[in-house]
Amino acid sequence: MTAIAERTAPAGPGLGVQARWAVTDTLTITRRNLLVWMRVPAYLVFTVVQPVIFVLMFRYVFGGAIRVVGVPGGYVNYLMPGIIAQTAAFACFGTAIALAQELKKGVIDRLRSMPMARSAVLTGRLLADTLRMLVTILIVLAVGYAVGFRFSNGVVPAIAMVALAVLFGLAIACISAFTGLAIGDEESVQAFGLIWIFPLTFLSSAFVQISTMPGWLQAFANNQPVTYTVNAMRALALGHLPVWDNLWKSLAWLAAIFIVFIPLSVRAYKRASSR
Amino acid sequence: MADGRPAILVEGLTKSFGEVHALRGIDLSVPHGTVLGVLGPNGAGKTTAVRILTTLLEPDGGHAEVDGYDVVREAAAVRRSIGLAGQSAAIQEELTGRENLEIIGRLYHLSWPQARSRATELLEQFDLTDAADRAAKTYSGGMQRRLDLAASLVGKPRVLFLDEPTTGLDPRSRLGMWDIIRTLVARGTTILLTTQYLDEADELADEIVVIDHGLVIAAGTAEELKGRAGGDVVEFTVPDRSRVGDAAAAVATLGEPHADPETGVVSVGVGGRGSDALVDAVRALDAAGLVTRGLALRRPSLDDVFLTLTGHAAEEEELGKEAGEVGGGRRRGARRRERAAS
Repeated sequence: MTAIAERTAPAGPGLGVQARWAVTDTLTITRRNLLVWMRVPAYLVFTVVQPVIFVLMFRYVFGGAIRVVGVPGGYVNYLMPGIIAQTAAFACFGTAIALAQELKKGVIDRLRSMPMARSAVLTGRLLADTLRMLVTILIVLAVGYAVGFRFSNGVVPAIAMVALAVLFGLAIACISAFTGLAIGDEESVQAFGLIWIFPLTFLSSAFVQISTMPGWLQAFANNQPVTYTVNAMRALALGHLPVWDNLWKSLAWLAAIFIVFIPLSVRAYKRASSR
Repeated sequence: MADGRPAILVEGLTKSFGEVHALRGIDLSVPHGTVLGVLGPNGAGKTTAVRILTTLLEPDGGHAEVDGYDVVREAAAVRRSIGLAGQSAAIQEELTGRENLEIIGRLYHLSWPQARSRATELLEQFDLTDAADRAAKTYSGGMQRRLDLAASLVGKPRVLFLDEPTTGLDPRSRLGMWDIIRTLVARGTTILLTTQYLDEADELADEIVVIDHGLVIAAGTAEELKGRAGGDVVEFTVPDRSRVGDAAAAVATLGEPHADPETGVVSVGVGGRGSDALVDAVRALDAAGLVTRGLALRRPSLDDVFLTLTGHAAEEEELGKEAGEVGGGRRRGARRRERAAS
C-alpha cells in the first residue's frame, strides 16, 4: 500500500484547462444533440408542426366561439402568449425521453468512462434544448403574425416575453429531466409527461379567460405557475395590464421549481448512471 | 504506467446493491498486453466489476487500479487510459458513423482536424469506410458493434474493457469481432473481456477467471481449467428423447452424467479411464437396450469446466433468469440450440 502512496499523482490538467474543457465539451454535446434533432423528422414535427397546428386551430376553429374581454386586438392577441408558453413546455418534453433513451442504450456510460467533463452531458442537453425551443418559438411567432397577432408594447417587452417563455420552458425541462431520469423507461416517461403537462397548460389562462371556468376550477387555475407566466407574457406583449403583479409571482414560481428540481435532477442523474 | 505493476489489479473488491451482493470480494491481476477472459452467467457480477474498473461505479470495499491508477482516487487518470465497449452498441443511431467517431474525438479533446483524421483512420481499420456517411441506424448488428468498438478506441486506450462484445451477434460477425480483438492484442493493448461464451474465452483469453455469485470460483489458462474438469468425457446423443433419462441412469456407474432432454445429448466425465470407460459405456447402453448416436470420447471443453465448477450449465441459469426478456432469451435460446447441434 505504501508504494501507492509514494507514487506521484498523474499530471492532470490544471483548473484553467478543465474549465475550458467543461465549455467545449458542453458545446460538443450541444452540437451532437442538435444534429440528432435535425435528423429525426418526428422531433421536428413534434416541436414545430404541432404548435403551428394549435395556432391555426385555436385561431380559426375555436377562436370564433371564445370571447375575451378587455384585450386589445381580440382573441388572436390573447391566444399567442398562451400558445408560446405551451410550445415552450412541450419543446422540453423531449428532454426526458432523450435522457431515458441514452441511459438505456449505454450512451451515458460511454461518455462517463471518458476523460470529458461529466457535467457536459446535462449542460449540453439543456443548451441544445434551449436553442431548439427558441427556434420553435420564433416559428410560432411568425405564424402568429401571419394570422393577425401583433406586439403592441414595444420591442424590449416583446424580447422580455420570449425570454420569460424560454425560462418557463427550462423550468419544465428540469421537471422533465428529473422524471425522465427517475422513471428511466421512455414509454412511461411519455405517458407520465402527458398527464401533468396537459392539465397544467389547459387549466390556466393560456387559452381562455379563467372567469369563464366553474368556481372550483378557478381556484386552481388562478394560482398556478402557468397562469402567472402567461399573464405576465401577455402583459409584456400587449401592455394592456400592469406587468409586475404577475411577473414577480411567475418568477417566484420558476425560481422555486429550479431550486427544487435542479438538485433532484442532478441526483437522479448520478443515481441512474451509477447502477 | 509500465513500472512493473499489472495493467489491472483488483484486491478484495466488494459491491452490493441493497440486499444483492453483486461482488463478494474478487481478486484479479492482468499483466500488460494480455487478455483476461471473465466468464460467468448473467448476474454473476461481471458487469459490476467492469463498471467499477471503468469508474462508472464506486466499490463498497477493496482496492482496484487500472494502468497503475486507483479507480476511485485517480478516476480522471484512469479514464484517460481506458476504452469501454458494452453489451449494447452505445452509439447515436441518428448520426453517421463518421459523426459518431468525430464527436467522441472532440470529447477526448482532439482538435477538429485530429478528430476527423482519427475517425477516418478507425473507419478504415474497421471496414466501415463505405458506410461512413450513412446513419448508424441503417447498419447491421455486426457493423454497429464494430462502430461501437471503434468508438472505444478513439482515445488510443492502453487498457480496453469489452463487456460481452459478441452477445447477440450472428456467427460470422462474431468471428470478425474475434479477428479485430486479436489484432488489438497484437498491438499491445491489454484487454479484459467478459463473456458467457466459453468458446470465446477459450479462443481469445490468455487467462480465464470464472465468476459465479460475485466470487471468483476458478482461475487459470483454458488448459488448466479443462484439466480441472476431471479428464475425458464420454458423450452421445439419444435420438428417442423420452429415453434420455434412462440413458443417463445407464452410464451413472461411470461418473456423474449430465443430460439435456431438449437435445438428447448426454455427457459423463470419466476421469483418466479413457477408452476403458468408453467400452463400459457401450456395454451399459447395450444392456439397457438403448439406441445412441455419435458415441465418442473427447477432451473436456470449457462448458464441462463450467458445469463441474458451478453445478449448472453456463447458459441454463441465464435463460431462466431472463425469462422476462423475451427477445434476448429467445435469441440466446436459438444460439444454444445451434451450438448444441453443431
